Amino acid sequence: MYSVAFPSFCVHGPRHEEDIMDLVRREVEKCDRLGGFFNMMSMAGGTGSGMGTYITQCLRDTYPHSFILNQVTWPYGTGEVIVQNYNSVLTLSHLYQSSDAILVHENDTVHKICAQLMNIKQISFKDVNKVIAHQLGSVLQPAYTEGASEYNRNPLGDLMKSMVCHPEYKLLGLRNIPQMSETSLAYSVFTWPGLLKHLRQMLIANAKMEEGIDWQVRPPAGGLPPAEKGTHNKQLRFNTSLANLLILRGKDVQSADTGGFMDPALYTSWLPPGVASSTWRTPMSFNRYEKSATLVSNSQFLLKPLDGIVGKAWNMFASRAYVHQYTQFGISEEDFLDSFTALEQIIASYTHL
Amino acid sequence: MTQSIVVQVGQCGNQVGCRFWDLALREHASVNKKGIYDEALSSFFRNVDTRRSDGDNNDISGGKIRSLKARAVLIDMEEGVVNEILQGPLRDVFDSKQLITDVSGSGNNWAVGHKVYGSTYREEIVENLRKAAEHCDCLQCFFVIHSMGGGTGSGLGTFVLNVLEDEFPEVYRIVTSVYPSAEDDVITSPYNSVLAMRELTEHADCVLPIENQSLVDIVNKIKHMSHSGKLGAEIKQSSTIISGQGGVKGQEKPFDAMNNIVANMLLNLTSSARFEGSLNMDLNEITMNLVPFPNLHYLVSSLSPLYTLADVNVPSRRLDQMFSDAFSKDHQLIHSDPKHSLYLACALIVRGDVQVSDLRRNIERLKPSLPFVSWNQEGWKTGLCSVPPVGHSHSLLALANNTCVKPTFIELKDRFMKLYKKRAHLHHYLHVDGMEQSCFSEAFSSLSSLIEEYNQLDATKGLLMTDAQRLNIAV
Repeated sequence: MYSVAFPSFCVHGPRHEEDIMDLVRREVEKCDRLGGFFNMMSMAGGTGSGMGTYITQCLRDTYPHSFILNQVTWPYGTGEVIVQNYNSVLTLSHLYQSSDAILVHENDTVHKICAQLMNIKQISFKDVNKVIAHQLGSVLQPAYTEGASEYNRNPLGDLMKSMVCHPEYKLLGLRNIPQMSETSLAYSVFTWPGLLKHLRQMLIANAKMEEGIDWQVRPPAGGLPPAEKGTHNKQLRFNTSLANLLILRGKDVQSADTGGFMDPALYTSWLPPGVASSTWRTPMSFNRYEKSATLVSNSQFLLKPLDGIVGKAWNMFASRAYVHQYTQFGISEEDFLDSFTALEQIIASYTHL
Repeated sequence: MTQSIVVQVGQCGNQVGCRFWDLALREHASVNKKGIYDEALSSFFRNVDTRRSDGDNNDISGGKIRSLKARAVLIDMEEGVVNEILQGPLRDVFDSKQLITDVSGSGNNWAVGHKVYGSTYREEIVENLRKAAEHCDCLQCFFVIHSMGGGTGSGLGTFVLNVLEDEFPEVYRIVTSVYPSAEDDVITSPYNSVLAMRELTEHADCVLPIENQSLVDIVNKIKHMSHSGKLGAEIKQSSTIISGQGGVKGQEKPFDAMNNIVANMLLNLTSSARFEGSLNMDLNEITMNLVPFPNLHYLVSSLSPLYTLADVNVPSRRLDQMFSDAFSKDHQLIHSDPKHSLYLACALIVRGDVQVSDLRRNIERLKPSLPFVSWNQEGWKTGLCSVPPVGHSHSLLALANNTCVKPTFIELKDRFMKLYKKRAHLHHYLHVDGMEQSCFSEAFSSLSSLIEEYNQLDATKGLLMTDAQRLNIAV
C-alpha cells in the first residue's frame, strides 16, 4: 500500500504496528543472540521515511537495549519528491531520538560514482542500489576487530562502540575505494599505502569519491580547528572528525599501515585520538576487489548537505506551502517547528566540532 | 494495488469516458498476453462470472479473465450517448446497473443539473457509488469526467462531486473538466462554468482542465504531420493517440480524435498505479506533491509524443525531444504558456524504456528555462513506469501547477460578467427551486479569489527572494 509522506507516520504506522512488531518478534526469537536492528529506508518519500521512523520508534520502545542502526538514503538534490525536504527534516529529527546511528547514502554521490567511476552510460536505480549494497557489504561482512582472533560476533555493536560516543553526533558516512567497472578492474593494481593515502585525503578534504580529490586541503597545525573565513555559508575546507573506522579487506591486509588516521589533527580537540580511530581487517577479498578499503566516518562531511536541506525546507515552511497536507493527518505546525529546532541543534553541534 | 472508479457525467463526460475504456482495454490486452486477471487490470476492471445469476457476488479475483466489467458509473440525463455505448463494442464492459439516465436532458442549465436532477437522483447515485465501492478491496480514487459548459456534466457532475466528498471523504477526487472555448455554441456556458468552478475549487482534490480548442489544434497538427509526406515519416497505425476505432459505433466520429487525447492523458496518469516501474508514483502522490495550497489544485497537462514515427531505433536525441515538447505550448491541453508563467510544482510521469539518468539529465537541461516559485526551486515530482503505451516505446505526461491557468479563468470571468451585467438568461436559472442570485455572486467571488491567489504568486515572479531567517540556536 502506498502512503502519502508523513501521514505514514501518523496513520499507517499505528494501523500496522501490531502486525509488523509481530513479524519482528518472530525473527528476533529465531536469533541466538540479537546483535541489533538494521533498518533501511529513504528520507524523501512517504513509506520509508514515515513508516520507517515510526517502526524505529516501536523497536526502541520494545527492545530498549538493542542497537538500532538506520541506513538512510538521501534523495537527489533536484527533486524526486517535492516535499522531500519536509520529509527529510521530520525523519531525521525523529530518528535522532530513537536510533543509535544514522548511516547515510546520498543518491547524488552514488549516481556520480556510477557515472564517473563505473562508467555506466544509462544509469538505472538497479545500478545505484548495487553500489550501495556493495558499500554496506564492505562494512557488515565479517572482519576481525583489533587484536581479535575470531570474526566479530556483533558488527553492529562494534560499529556503534567505535563511532557513536555522544548522542548529539549520530550521522555516519561511508567511503569505499576502489570502485570501478569490471573491465577497468582487470587492469588495475592497488597497494595499501596508495589506498589509505587516498582515503585519508578524501576524509580531510571532504571528497565523496575517488575522483576530484582536493589535495590542497591540509589538516590544521597544532590540532586546533582553523578559523572559518568568509560568510557562514562558505564551504568548510577541512573536515573535522569525531570518529573513524577503517575496514580493510584483501591480500596482505596485515601490512597496511593506518597510522595516518590516528593523527590528532584530524579530530576534534575534546576527544583523545586513540579512542577516535579503529581498524578492522580480514584477508578475505571482497566482491572481486583484491584489496578494498572502507572508511566509516562520524565527521562534518554531511554538514553542508544537511544545512542545504534544512534551508530549503525552512524557505518552503516560511510560505506554509504544503503544510495543509501534513496538518490534515496530524502533524501540526508546532511539530514542524520542533523538528526544525532539533536539526538546527545538530547542525550547530557539527559546525563547532 | 488500489482501485479507482470512473464517474462519467453528461454527454462529453460519457464520450470521453468511453474512449478511455476502449483504450484501457487495448492497453491491457497488449500487455497481458496470457489473459490472466492480474492486479493491473483490477485497478480499473472487475472480473465477473456472468453465468452466475446472483447479481452482486460474482466477482472473481485472480485466474483467467472471464468477463471484464469497468469500475464505472455512467450518468446522463439524456439517453442518446449512453444508448450508443450500450449498442457498441463496449456494451459488455458495462453493467446496466451502473447507469443512471433520464430522458429530457438539462437544457444547458447548471441549475437543472445540480438542483433538480441532483435532488431527484441523489439516492440512486449514492446507491450506485456504494455498490461500485464495495467491489473494491482498496478504493483510492474517483475520476470524474465532465464538461463545464453544459447542464448535466456541469451541474449534475459537480453535484456528484459533493456527494463523493460527503459519502467517501477519504477517497481522492480527481476531476477532468472540459472547459468551453470562446466560440462555444452554448450561450450560457459562462454561467454554467463559473457555477461549476466554485464546486471544483471547494470539493475537488485535483482538477485537470482541458480546452476543446487546444485539442482541435493538436489533432490538426497530427493530421498535418501525417499528410506532410516527410521522408520516412509515417504514423504508426496502432498508436492509440488518434486511432478512434472501437468504443461507440465503429466509425470515427468528429470528437473521437480529441477525446482520445484526453483518454490517453488519463491512461498515462494512472499508469504508475497500474503497472510496475523503478520509481512508482501513486495517485495520492500526485495530489500531495502538486497541491501546495488547498485551492490551487488546477493542473495543466501536456502529452508527448503526440505521434510515433515508424523508426524503430529511437536515438536518445529523440528522447530528449520528448521532454522538450512536453513544455512547449503546442502540447498543452489548455491554451497556456507555462514557460512564461510561474511554476508552483511539476510532475513528470514517464513510461517505457527510460532510466533515471535520462530523467535527471533532462530536468537539469530544462530547469534554467522554467521559472519556479522561490520556495520550490526544485519542485519536481517524477515517476517511471516501465510499460509504455500501445504503439510507443516511451511517453511522457507532464502535470504542471502553474499560474498559466490564470488567463483561462480571467477570460471565463469576463465572459460571465458580460452576461451577468445584463442579467441575460438569468431567469432560466432563478426559476429553479433552490437557485438564488447569491449562488451567482458567491460563485463569482470564489473565482475572483482564486484568480487573486494566482496574482499574488505571480507578483513574486522574477523578484529576488531572500532566504527566510533561520532559527538561532544557543550553543
